[in-house]
Amino acid sequence: MKSLFQLYIQQFKTTFATMFQYRASLVIWMIGQVLEPLVYLIVWSTVSNGNGGSIESYTTGAFVSYFIILMLVNQFTYTWVMFDYEYRIREGFLSFALLKPVHPIHSDIADNIMSKSITLPVLTVIAIVLGLAFHARLSVTPWLAVLFVPGLLLAFALRFLLEWTLAQSAFWTTRVSAINQIYFFLLLFLSGQIAPLSILPRAIQIAAKILPFYWTIGFPTELLLGKITLVGAVIGLGVQVIWLTIAVFLLRLVWRLGVKAYSAVGQ
Amino acid sequence: MSYFRLVRVFFRVNLVGEAAYRINFFVNLFQSILGLGTALLGMAIIFSFTNSLGGWSPAEILALVGVYIMIGGIIRFTIQPGMEHLIESVRDGTFDFTLTKPEDAQLITGISRFGIWEIINIGLGFVLLVIALVRLGGSIGGLQAVEFLAMLLTGSVIIYSFFLILATLAFWLVRVENILTIFQSMYEAGRWPVSLYPPWLRYGLTFVIPVAFATTVPVEALTNRLNWLTLLVAFVLAAVLSIVSRAFWKLGLKHYSGTSA
Repeated sequence: MKSLFQLYIQQFKTTFATMFQYRASLVIWMIGQVLEPLVYLIVWSTVSNGNGGSIESYTTGAFVSYFIILMLVNQFTYTWVMFDYEYRIREGFLSFALLKPVHPIHSDIADNIMSKSITLPVLTVIAIVLGLAFHARLSVTPWLAVLFVPGLLLAFALRFLLEWTLAQSAFWTTRVSAINQIYFFLLLFLSGQIAPLSILPRAIQIAAKILPFYWTIGFPTELLLGKITLVGAVIGLGVQVIWLTIAVFLLRLVWRLGVKAYSAVGQ
Repeated sequence: MSYFRLVRVFFRVNLVGEAAYRINFFVNLFQSILGLGTALLGMAIIFSFTNSLGGWSPAEILALVGVYIMIGGIIRFTIQPGMEHLIESVRDGTFDFTLTKPEDAQLITGISRFGIWEIINIGLGFVLLVIALVRLGGSIGGLQAVEFLAMLLTGSVIIYSFFLILATLAFWLVRVENILTIFQSMYEAGRWPVSLYPPWLRYGLTFVIPVAFATTVPVEALTNRLNWLTLLVAFVLAAVLSIVSRAFWKLGLKHYSGTSA
Protein backbone atom coordinates (compact mmCIF):
# COMPACT_ATOMS: atom_id res chain seq x y z
CA MET A 1 0.00 0.00 0.00
CA LYS A 2 2.81 2.37 0.90
CA SER A 3 4.67 1.55 -2.29
CA LEU A 4 1.53 2.23 -4.31
CA PHE A 5 1.28 5.64 -2.68
CA GLN A 6 4.89 6.36 -3.58
CA LEU A 7 4.27 5.25 -7.14
CA TYR A 8 1.43 7.76 -7.45
CA ILE A 9 3.56 10.57 -6.02
CA GLN A 10 6.40 9.74 -8.39
CA GLN A 11 4.08 9.59 -11.40
CA PHE A 12 2.58 12.95 -10.40
CA LYS A 13 6.06 14.48 -10.45
CA THR A 14 6.95 12.86 -13.77
CA THR A 15 3.73 13.99 -15.44
CA PHE A 16 4.13 17.51 -14.07
CA ALA A 17 7.67 17.75 -15.41
CA THR A 18 6.69 16.28 -18.80
CA MET A 19 3.81 18.68 -19.21
CA PHE A 20 5.98 21.68 -18.57
CA GLN A 21 8.55 20.37 -21.00
CA TYR A 22 5.89 20.22 -23.74
CA ARG A 23 4.04 23.45 -23.01
CA ALA A 24 3.42 24.30 -26.65
CA SER A 25 1.92 20.87 -27.42
CA LEU A 26 -0.29 21.28 -24.38
CA VAL A 27 -1.66 24.60 -25.62
CA ILE A 28 -2.28 23.21 -29.12
CA TRP A 29 -4.05 20.18 -27.66
CA MET A 30 -6.25 22.37 -25.49
CA ILE A 31 -7.23 24.56 -28.44
CA GLY A 32 -8.65 21.41 -30.02
CA GLN A 33 -10.47 20.47 -26.82
CA VAL A 34 -12.16 23.87 -26.74
CA LEU A 35 -12.80 24.29 -30.43
CA GLU A 36 -14.94 21.19 -31.04
CA PRO A 37 -17.67 21.93 -28.45
CA LEU A 38 -17.41 25.62 -29.37
CA VAL A 39 -18.22 24.86 -33.02
CA TYR A 40 -21.28 22.80 -32.04
CA LEU A 41 -22.28 25.53 -29.58
CA ILE A 42 -22.27 28.07 -32.40
CA VAL A 43 -24.01 25.78 -34.91
CA TRP A 44 -26.83 24.86 -32.50
CA SER A 45 -27.25 28.46 -31.28
CA THR A 46 -27.67 29.50 -34.91
CA VAL A 47 -30.25 26.77 -35.52
CA SER A 48 -32.07 27.61 -32.30
CA ASN A 49 -32.18 31.34 -33.06
CA GLY A 50 -33.49 30.61 -36.54
CA ASN A 51 -36.14 28.43 -34.94
CA GLY A 52 -37.54 31.21 -32.76
CA GLY A 53 -35.11 30.91 -29.84
CA SER A 54 -35.45 27.27 -28.84
CA ILE A 55 -35.47 23.64 -29.98
CA GLU A 56 -37.74 21.44 -27.90
CA SER A 57 -36.76 22.02 -24.26
CA TYR A 58 -33.49 23.79 -25.12
CA THR A 59 -33.40 27.57 -25.45
CA THR A 60 -30.41 29.19 -27.15
CA GLY A 61 -28.98 30.07 -23.72
CA ALA A 62 -29.42 26.45 -22.60
CA PHE A 63 -27.53 25.20 -25.69
CA VAL A 64 -24.71 27.56 -24.80
CA SER A 65 -24.47 26.30 -21.21
CA TYR A 66 -24.89 22.69 -22.40
CA PHE A 67 -21.84 22.79 -24.65
CA ILE A 68 -19.73 24.76 -22.17
CA ILE A 69 -20.47 22.28 -19.37
CA LEU A 70 -19.94 19.44 -21.84
CA MET A 71 -16.52 20.85 -22.65
CA LEU A 72 -15.57 20.73 -18.96
CA VAL A 73 -17.08 17.27 -18.36
CA ASN A 74 -15.33 15.96 -21.46
CA GLN A 75 -12.05 17.42 -20.26
CA PHE A 76 -12.59 15.82 -16.84
CA THR A 77 -13.33 12.33 -18.18
CA TYR A 78 -11.24 11.94 -21.34
CA THR A 79 -8.12 9.80 -21.57
CA TRP A 80 -5.36 9.42 -24.17
CA VAL A 81 -4.28 5.90 -23.30
CA MET A 82 -5.53 4.46 -26.65
CA PHE A 83 -3.01 6.65 -28.45
CA ASP A 84 -0.12 5.61 -26.19
CA TYR A 85 -0.72 1.92 -25.89
CA GLU A 86 0.19 0.81 -29.38
CA TYR A 87 3.49 2.65 -29.02
CA ARG A 88 4.16 0.97 -25.68
CA ILE A 89 3.60 -2.46 -27.15
CA ARG A 90 5.39 -1.81 -30.43
CA GLU A 91 8.47 -0.39 -28.73
CA GLY A 92 8.49 -2.97 -25.96
CA PHE A 93 7.95 -0.50 -23.10
CA LEU A 94 5.14 -2.64 -21.79
CA SER A 95 7.69 -5.33 -20.93
CA PHE A 96 9.22 -3.01 -18.31
CA ALA A 97 5.81 -2.16 -16.92
CA LEU A 98 5.05 -5.88 -16.60
CA LEU A 99 8.16 -6.42 -14.50
CA LYS A 100 6.90 -4.03 -11.85
CA PRO A 101 5.00 -5.54 -8.92
CA VAL A 102 1.97 -3.27 -9.47
CA HIS A 103 -0.60 -3.23 -12.23
CA PRO A 104 0.40 -0.80 -15.02
CA ILE A 105 -3.01 0.88 -14.84
CA HIS A 106 -1.92 2.71 -11.68
CA SER A 107 0.65 4.89 -13.41
CA ASP A 108 -1.94 5.77 -16.05
CA ILE A 109 -4.44 6.79 -13.37
CA ALA A 110 -1.84 8.97 -11.64
CA ASP A 111 -0.76 10.45 -14.98
CA ASN A 112 -4.37 11.29 -15.79
CA ILE A 113 -5.09 12.92 -12.43
CA MET A 114 -1.99 15.11 -12.51
CA SER A 115 -2.49 16.17 -16.09
CA LYS A 116 -6.04 17.25 -15.41
CA SER A 117 -5.17 19.17 -12.26
CA ILE A 118 -3.17 21.38 -14.60
CA THR A 119 -5.54 21.61 -17.56
CA LEU A 120 -8.89 21.88 -15.75
CA PRO A 121 -8.27 25.24 -14.01
CA VAL A 122 -7.20 26.76 -17.34
CA LEU A 123 -10.24 25.32 -19.08
CA THR A 124 -12.56 26.54 -16.32
CA VAL A 125 -11.39 30.10 -16.94
CA ILE A 126 -11.99 29.63 -20.68
CA ALA A 127 -15.44 28.22 -19.90
CA ILE A 128 -16.37 31.27 -17.81
CA VAL A 129 -15.18 33.65 -20.54
CA LEU A 130 -17.15 31.73 -23.18
CA GLY A 131 -20.21 31.64 -20.91
CA LEU A 132 -20.13 35.44 -20.61
CA ALA A 133 -19.37 36.00 -24.29
CA PHE A 134 -22.22 33.79 -25.51
CA HIS A 135 -24.75 34.66 -22.76
CA ALA A 136 -25.08 31.25 -21.16
CA ARG A 137 -28.22 30.64 -19.12
CA LEU A 138 -27.78 28.32 -16.17
CA SER A 139 -30.30 27.62 -13.42
CA VAL A 140 -28.85 25.01 -11.09
CA THR A 141 -31.20 22.68 -9.23
CA PRO A 142 -29.62 22.12 -5.78
CA TRP A 143 -30.29 18.37 -5.50
CA LEU A 144 -29.11 17.64 -9.03
CA ALA A 145 -26.01 19.76 -8.47
CA VAL A 146 -25.20 17.59 -5.44
CA LEU A 147 -25.72 14.41 -7.48
CA PHE A 148 -23.53 15.91 -10.21
CA VAL A 149 -20.44 15.23 -8.08
CA PRO A 150 -20.82 11.41 -7.86
CA GLY A 151 -22.19 11.42 -11.42
CA LEU A 152 -19.03 13.11 -12.70
CA LEU A 153 -16.68 10.88 -10.70
CA LEU A 154 -18.47 7.72 -11.86
CA ALA A 155 -18.37 9.02 -15.43
CA PHE A 156 -14.62 9.50 -15.17
CA ALA A 157 -14.07 6.03 -13.67
CA LEU A 158 -16.29 4.41 -16.31
CA ARG A 159 -14.72 6.18 -19.27
CA PHE A 160 -11.22 5.53 -17.93
CA LEU A 161 -11.83 1.79 -17.57
CA LEU A 162 -13.58 1.52 -20.95
CA GLU A 163 -10.87 3.37 -22.83
CA TRP A 164 -8.13 1.48 -21.01
CA THR A 165 -9.83 -1.76 -22.05
CA LEU A 166 -10.16 -0.48 -25.61
CA ALA A 167 -6.46 0.35 -25.64
CA GLN A 168 -5.73 -3.35 -25.07
CA SER A 169 -6.80 -4.00 -28.66
CA ALA A 170 -3.18 -3.14 -29.47
CA PHE A 171 -2.27 -6.60 -28.16
CA TRP A 172 -3.98 -8.16 -31.17
CA THR A 173 -3.83 -5.63 -33.97
CA THR A 174 -1.57 -2.88 -35.24
CA ARG A 175 -4.50 -1.04 -36.81
CA VAL A 176 -5.52 0.67 -33.62
CA SER A 177 -6.35 3.95 -35.33
CA ALA A 178 -9.29 2.35 -37.19
CA ILE A 179 -10.65 0.91 -33.94
CA ASN A 180 -10.23 4.25 -32.19
CA GLN A 181 -12.06 5.99 -35.00
CA ILE A 182 -15.05 3.65 -34.61
CA TYR A 183 -15.05 4.40 -30.89
CA PHE A 184 -14.96 8.17 -31.44
CA PHE A 185 -17.73 7.89 -34.03
CA LEU A 186 -19.98 6.15 -31.48
CA LEU A 187 -18.92 8.59 -28.77
CA LEU A 188 -19.78 11.62 -30.92
CA PHE A 189 -23.34 10.53 -31.66
CA LEU A 190 -24.23 8.56 -28.52
CA SER A 191 -22.58 10.54 -25.72
CA GLY A 192 -24.27 13.87 -26.34
CA GLN A 193 -21.19 15.51 -27.88
CA ILE A 194 -22.95 16.40 -31.13
CA ALA A 195 -26.19 17.56 -29.49
CA PRO A 196 -28.20 17.08 -26.30
CA LEU A 197 -29.58 13.54 -26.38
CA SER A 198 -33.19 14.62 -25.89
CA ILE A 199 -33.36 16.39 -29.27
CA LEU A 200 -31.86 13.46 -31.21
CA PRO A 201 -33.98 10.81 -32.99
CA ARG A 202 -35.58 8.29 -30.62
CA ALA A 203 -33.55 5.35 -31.94
CA ILE A 204 -30.30 7.15 -31.08
CA GLN A 205 -31.64 8.03 -27.64
CA ILE A 206 -32.50 4.42 -26.84
CA ALA A 207 -29.16 3.10 -28.11
CA ALA A 208 -27.34 5.80 -26.12
CA LYS A 209 -29.07 4.93 -22.88
CA ILE A 210 -28.43 1.20 -23.23
CA LEU A 211 -24.78 1.61 -24.21
CA PRO A 212 -22.22 3.19 -21.85
CA PHE A 213 -21.25 6.29 -23.90
CA TYR A 214 -23.99 8.66 -22.68
CA TRP A 215 -23.18 7.85 -19.05
CA THR A 216 -19.59 9.05 -19.47
CA ILE A 217 -20.34 12.56 -20.82
CA GLY A 218 -23.96 13.51 -21.52
CA PHE A 219 -25.45 12.37 -18.20
CA PRO A 220 -23.28 14.46 -15.84
CA THR A 221 -23.65 17.43 -18.19
CA GLU A 222 -27.44 17.26 -18.08
CA LEU A 223 -27.36 16.79 -14.31
CA LEU A 224 -25.62 20.12 -13.76
CA LEU A 225 -27.88 21.72 -16.34
CA GLY A 226 -30.94 20.48 -14.44
CA LYS A 227 -32.41 18.67 -17.44
CA ILE A 228 -33.06 15.42 -15.52
CA THR A 229 -35.68 14.62 -12.88
CA LEU A 230 -34.49 13.61 -9.42
CA VAL A 231 -35.72 10.05 -9.98
CA GLY A 232 -34.02 9.97 -13.38
CA ALA A 233 -30.81 11.15 -11.75
CA VAL A 234 -30.83 8.39 -9.13
CA ILE A 235 -31.60 5.75 -11.76
CA GLY A 236 -28.81 7.19 -13.88
CA LEU A 237 -26.29 6.84 -11.08
CA GLY A 238 -27.44 3.22 -10.74
CA VAL A 239 -26.85 2.60 -14.45
CA GLN A 240 -23.38 4.11 -14.09
CA VAL A 241 -22.59 1.71 -11.24
CA ILE A 242 -23.83 -1.27 -13.29
CA TRP A 243 -21.71 -0.25 -16.28
CA LEU A 244 -18.74 0.36 -14.01
CA THR A 245 -19.03 -3.21 -12.69
CA ILE A 246 -19.22 -4.57 -16.22
CA ALA A 247 -16.23 -2.43 -17.21
CA VAL A 248 -14.10 -3.75 -14.33
CA PHE A 249 -14.95 -7.32 -15.29
CA LEU A 250 -14.24 -6.62 -18.96
CA LEU A 251 -10.94 -4.93 -18.26
CA ARG A 252 -9.68 -7.83 -16.12
CA LEU A 253 -10.71 -10.36 -18.76
CA VAL A 254 -9.19 -8.48 -21.70
CA TRP A 255 -6.01 -7.71 -19.75
CA ARG A 256 -5.52 -11.39 -18.82
CA LEU A 257 -6.06 -12.54 -22.43
CA GLY A 258 -3.93 -9.69 -23.78
CA VAL A 259 -0.89 -10.37 -21.63
CA LYS A 260 -1.11 -14.02 -22.68
CA ALA A 261 -1.17 -12.99 -26.35
CA TYR A 262 1.66 -10.50 -25.84
CA SER A 263 5.03 -11.49 -27.11
CA ALA A 264 7.59 -8.84 -26.30
CA VAL A 265 8.66 -6.70 -29.19
CA GLY A 266 11.59 -4.34 -29.02
CA GLN A 267 14.79 -4.44 -27.07
CA MET B 1 10.30 19.15 -67.34
CA SER B 2 12.71 17.52 -64.94
CA TYR B 3 10.49 18.73 -62.11
CA PHE B 4 7.57 16.66 -63.38
CA ARG B 5 9.84 13.68 -63.79
CA LEU B 6 11.02 14.11 -60.21
CA VAL B 7 7.43 14.26 -58.94
CA ARG B 8 6.67 11.06 -60.85
CA VAL B 9 9.70 9.28 -59.44
CA PHE B 10 9.05 10.37 -55.86
CA PHE B 11 5.38 9.48 -56.17
CA ARG B 12 6.28 6.04 -57.47
CA VAL B 13 8.71 5.45 -54.60
CA ASN B 14 6.01 6.38 -52.09
CA LEU B 15 3.43 4.26 -53.87
CA VAL B 16 5.65 1.20 -54.01
CA GLY B 17 6.46 1.66 -50.33
CA GLU B 18 2.78 1.64 -49.40
CA ALA B 19 1.74 -1.06 -51.86
CA ALA B 20 3.60 -3.56 -49.72
CA TYR B 21 0.81 -3.17 -47.16
CA ARG B 22 -2.14 -3.93 -49.36
CA ILE B 23 -4.63 -4.37 -46.56
CA ASN B 24 -3.91 -0.76 -45.57
CA PHE B 25 -5.95 0.24 -48.58
CA PHE B 26 -9.08 -1.34 -47.14
CA VAL B 27 -8.43 -0.05 -43.63
CA ASN B 28 -7.93 3.47 -45.00
CA LEU B 29 -10.96 3.16 -47.24
CA PHE B 30 -13.01 2.13 -44.21
CA GLN B 31 -11.67 5.07 -42.17
CA SER B 32 -12.35 7.55 -44.95
CA ILE B 33 -15.91 6.30 -45.38
CA LEU B 34 -16.45 6.45 -41.62
CA GLY B 35 -15.18 10.04 -41.65
CA LEU B 36 -17.55 10.88 -44.48
CA GLY B 37 -20.43 9.15 -42.66
CA THR B 38 -19.68 11.17 -39.52
CA ALA B 39 -19.88 14.43 -41.46
CA LEU B 40 -23.08 13.46 -43.30
CA LEU B 41 -24.88 12.11 -40.24
CA GLY B 42 -23.99 15.27 -38.31
CA MET B 43 -25.36 17.35 -41.16
CA ALA B 44 -28.54 15.26 -41.34
CA ILE B 45 -29.21 15.77 -37.61
CA ILE B 46 -28.72 19.53 -37.80
CA PHE B 47 -30.81 19.93 -40.95
CA SER B 48 -33.67 17.95 -39.44
CA PHE B 49 -34.36 21.11 -37.38
CA THR B 50 -33.83 23.75 -40.02
CA ASN B 51 -33.56 24.15 -43.77
CA SER B 52 -30.94 26.87 -43.73
CA LEU B 53 -27.89 27.35 -41.52
CA GLY B 54 -26.81 30.98 -41.37
CA GLY B 55 -28.36 31.45 -44.82
CA TRP B 56 -26.71 28.34 -46.31
CA SER B 57 -28.94 25.65 -47.81
CA PRO B 58 -28.23 21.92 -47.24
CA ALA B 59 -26.85 21.55 -50.79
CA GLU B 60 -24.50 24.48 -50.21
CA ILE B 61 -23.26 23.02 -46.92
CA LEU B 62 -22.84 19.69 -48.71
CA ALA B 63 -20.58 21.41 -51.23
CA LEU B 64 -18.65 22.89 -48.31
CA VAL B 65 -18.24 19.46 -46.68
CA GLY B 66 -17.06 18.09 -50.04
CA VAL B 67 -14.44 20.83 -50.36
CA TYR B 68 -13.50 20.36 -46.68
CA ILE B 69 -12.82 16.64 -47.18
CA MET B 70 -11.13 17.14 -50.56
CA ILE B 71 -8.79 19.96 -49.43
CA GLY B 72 -8.11 18.12 -46.16
CA GLY B 73 -7.09 15.14 -48.30
CA ILE B 74 -4.87 17.29 -50.52
CA ILE B 75 -3.15 18.81 -47.47
CA ARG B 76 -2.42 15.38 -45.97
CA PHE B 77 -1.54 13.96 -49.39
CA THR B 78 1.05 16.43 -50.52
CA ILE B 79 1.68 19.31 -48.09
CA GLN B 80 1.84 17.85 -44.60
CA PRO B 81 3.98 14.72 -45.16
CA GLY B 82 6.80 16.73 -46.74
CA MET B 83 6.73 19.31 -43.94
CA GLU B 84 6.72 16.62 -41.26
CA HIS B 85 9.67 14.97 -42.95
CA LEU B 86 11.47 18.33 -43.09
CA ILE B 87 11.03 18.93 -39.37
CA GLU B 88 12.22 15.41 -38.60
CA SER B 89 15.24 15.61 -40.88
CA VAL B 90 16.33 18.99 -39.49
CA ARG B 91 16.24 17.49 -36.01
CA ASP B 92 18.24 14.37 -36.80
CA GLY B 93 20.51 16.02 -39.34
CA THR B 94 19.50 13.99 -42.39
CA PHE B 95 18.43 17.26 -43.99
CA ASP B 96 22.09 17.43 -45.11
CA PHE B 97 21.26 14.88 -47.79
CA THR B 98 18.46 17.05 -49.18
CA LEU B 99 20.88 19.98 -49.41
CA THR B 100 23.46 17.99 -51.35
CA LYS B 101 20.97 17.30 -54.13
CA PRO B 102 21.20 19.47 -57.26
CA GLU B 103 17.53 20.53 -57.24
CA ASP B 104 16.13 23.29 -55.04
CA ALA B 105 15.76 22.05 -51.45
CA GLN B 106 12.28 23.57 -51.03
CA LEU B 107 11.15 21.70 -54.13
CA ILE B 108 12.58 18.39 -52.95
CA THR B 109 11.02 18.88 -49.52
CA GLY B 110 7.65 19.45 -51.12
CA ILE B 111 7.61 16.36 -53.30
CA SER B 112 9.63 13.78 -51.40
CA ARG B 113 6.78 12.47 -49.26
CA PHE B 114 3.18 11.65 -50.14
CA GLY B 115 0.33 10.47 -47.93
CA ILE B 116 -0.70 7.93 -50.56
CA TRP B 117 -3.98 6.82 -48.99
CA GLU B 118 -5.30 10.38 -48.83
CA ILE B 119 -6.15 9.89 -52.50
CA ILE B 120 -9.26 8.14 -51.15
CA ASN B 121 -10.34 11.27 -49.26
CA ILE B 122 -9.63 13.49 -52.25
CA GLY B 123 -11.84 11.20 -54.35
CA LEU B 124 -14.66 11.01 -51.78
CA GLY B 125 -14.62 14.78 -51.29
CA PHE B 126 -14.73 15.31 -55.03
CA VAL B 127 -17.70 12.93 -55.44
CA LEU B 128 -19.51 14.76 -52.65
CA LEU B 129 -18.80 18.08 -54.32
CA VAL B 130 -20.17 16.80 -57.64
CA ILE B 131 -23.34 15.54 -55.95
CA ALA B 132 -23.78 18.94 -54.30
CA LEU B 133 -23.20 20.69 -57.63
CA VAL B 134 -25.86 18.57 -59.30
CA ARG B 135 -28.30 19.48 -56.53
CA LEU B 136 -27.42 23.14 -56.81
CA GLY B 137 -28.15 22.72 -60.49
CA GLY B 138 -28.33 25.66 -62.86
CA SER B 139 -27.60 28.31 -60.24
CA ILE B 140 -23.89 28.15 -60.99
CA GLY B 141 -22.69 30.31 -63.83
CA GLY B 142 -19.42 30.25 -65.72
CA LEU B 143 -18.00 33.13 -63.72
CA GLN B 144 -18.67 31.35 -60.41
CA ALA B 145 -17.00 28.20 -61.69
CA VAL B 146 -13.87 30.15 -62.68
CA GLU B 147 -13.85 32.01 -59.36
CA PHE B 148 -14.24 28.72 -57.51
CA LEU B 149 -11.23 27.15 -59.22
CA ALA B 150 -9.19 30.31 -58.74
CA MET B 151 -10.04 30.38 -55.03
CA LEU B 152 -9.22 26.67 -54.62
CA LEU B 153 -5.81 27.33 -56.12
CA THR B 154 -5.27 30.53 -54.12
CA GLY B 155 -6.36 28.75 -50.94
CA SER B 156 -3.90 25.93 -51.60
CA VAL B 157 -1.04 28.42 -52.09
CA ILE B 158 -1.95 30.16 -48.82
CA ILE B 159 -2.10 26.85 -46.92
CA TYR B 160 1.18 25.66 -48.43
CA SER B 161 2.95 28.89 -47.50
CA PHE B 162 1.49 28.75 -44.01
CA PHE B 163 2.76 25.19 -43.52
CA LEU B 164 6.17 26.15 -44.93
CA ILE B 165 6.51 29.03 -42.48
CA LEU B 166 5.60 26.77 -39.55
CA ALA B 167 7.95 24.00 -40.66
CA THR B 168 10.79 26.45 -41.31
CA LEU B 169 10.68 27.36 -37.63
CA ALA B 170 12.40 23.98 -37.13
CA PHE B 171 15.69 25.56 -38.25
CA TRP B 172 15.70 27.67 -35.07
CA LEU B 173 13.55 25.78 -32.59
CA VAL B 174 14.49 22.22 -33.65
CA ARG B 175 11.79 20.53 -31.57
CA VAL B 176 8.59 21.55 -33.30
CA GLU B 177 7.10 18.11 -34.08
CA ASN B 178 3.67 19.13 -32.88
CA ILE B 179 3.49 22.55 -34.43
CA LEU B 180 1.64 21.28 -37.51
CA THR B 181 -1.17 19.76 -35.44
CA ILE B 182 -2.33 23.30 -34.70
CA PHE B 183 -3.65 23.42 -38.24
CA GLN B 184 -5.37 20.04 -37.91
CA SER B 185 -7.22 21.04 -34.77
CA MET B 186 -8.33 24.36 -36.27
CA TYR B 187 -9.25 22.79 -39.60
CA GLU B 188 -12.23 21.07 -37.90
CA ALA B 189 -13.91 24.47 -37.73
CA GLY B 190 -13.70 24.78 -41.52
CA ARG B 191 -16.48 22.23 -41.94
CA TRP B 192 -19.01 25.02 -41.37
CA PRO B 193 -19.15 28.43 -43.05
CA VAL B 194 -16.92 30.80 -41.06
CA SER B 195 -19.63 33.46 -41.38
CA LEU B 196 -21.42 31.59 -38.55
CA TYR B 197 -18.64 32.37 -36.11
CA PRO B 198 -18.25 35.48 -33.97
CA PRO B 199 -15.79 38.06 -35.41
CA TRP B 200 -12.75 37.12 -33.27
CA LEU B 201 -12.99 33.46 -34.33
CA ARG B 202 -13.76 34.37 -37.93
CA TYR B 203 -10.70 36.61 -38.20
CA GLY B 204 -8.58 34.02 -36.41
CA LEU B 205 -9.63 31.37 -38.92
CA THR B 206 -8.98 33.76 -41.79
CA PHE B 207 -5.73 35.54 -40.97
CA VAL B 208 -4.02 33.71 -38.08
CA ILE B 209 -4.63 30.14 -39.20
CA PRO B 210 -5.99 30.53 -42.74
CA VAL B 211 -8.57 27.72 -42.69
CA ALA B 212 -11.25 29.92 -44.25
CA PHE B 213 -9.34 30.37 -47.52
CA ALA B 214 -9.18 26.61 -47.98
CA THR B 215 -12.86 25.84 -47.37
CA THR B 216 -15.38 28.66 -46.92
CA VAL B 217 -13.99 31.11 -49.51
CA PRO B 218 -14.01 28.70 -52.51
CA VAL B 219 -17.57 27.62 -51.72
CA GLU B 220 -18.58 31.26 -51.28
CA ALA B 221 -17.30 31.81 -54.81
CA LEU B 222 -19.29 28.84 -56.02
CA THR B 223 -22.53 29.98 -54.40
CA ASN B 224 -22.22 33.59 -55.56
CA ARG B 225 -21.50 34.99 -52.09
CA LEU B 226 -17.99 36.20 -52.74
CA ASN B 227 -17.45 39.93 -52.85
CA TRP B 228 -14.59 41.44 -54.82
CA LEU B 229 -12.83 42.55 -51.67
CA THR B 230 -12.44 38.98 -50.36
CA LEU B 231 -11.27 37.90 -53.80
CA LEU B 232 -8.67 40.64 -53.83
CA VAL B 233 -7.54 39.92 -50.27
CA ALA B 234 -7.12 36.24 -51.14
CA PHE B 235 -4.95 37.01 -54.16
CA VAL B 236 -2.82 39.54 -52.28
CA LEU B 237 -2.43 37.23 -49.28
CA ALA B 238 -1.41 34.32 -51.50
CA ALA B 239 1.17 36.47 -53.28
CA VAL B 240 2.56 38.00 -50.08
CA LEU B 241 2.65 34.70 -48.20
CA SER B 242 4.47 32.85 -50.97
CA ILE B 243 7.14 35.58 -51.13
CA VAL B 244 7.45 35.82 -47.34
CA SER B 245 7.57 32.05 -46.84
CA ARG B 246 10.25 31.70 -49.52
CA ALA B 247 12.33 34.46 -47.91
CA PHE B 248 11.83 32.91 -44.48
CA TRP B 249 12.87 29.52 -45.84
CA LYS B 250 16.10 30.99 -47.27
CA LEU B 251 16.81 32.67 -43.94
CA GLY B 252 16.25 29.30 -42.25
CA LEU B 253 18.64 27.57 -44.64
CA LYS B 254 21.34 30.10 -43.79
CA HIS B 255 20.81 29.43 -40.13
CA TYR B 256 20.95 25.66 -40.54
CA SER B 257 24.13 23.93 -39.53
CA GLY B 258 24.14 20.18 -40.01
CA THR B 259 23.65 18.32 -36.79
CA SER B 260 24.16 14.79 -38.00
CA ALA B 261 26.77 12.53 -36.51
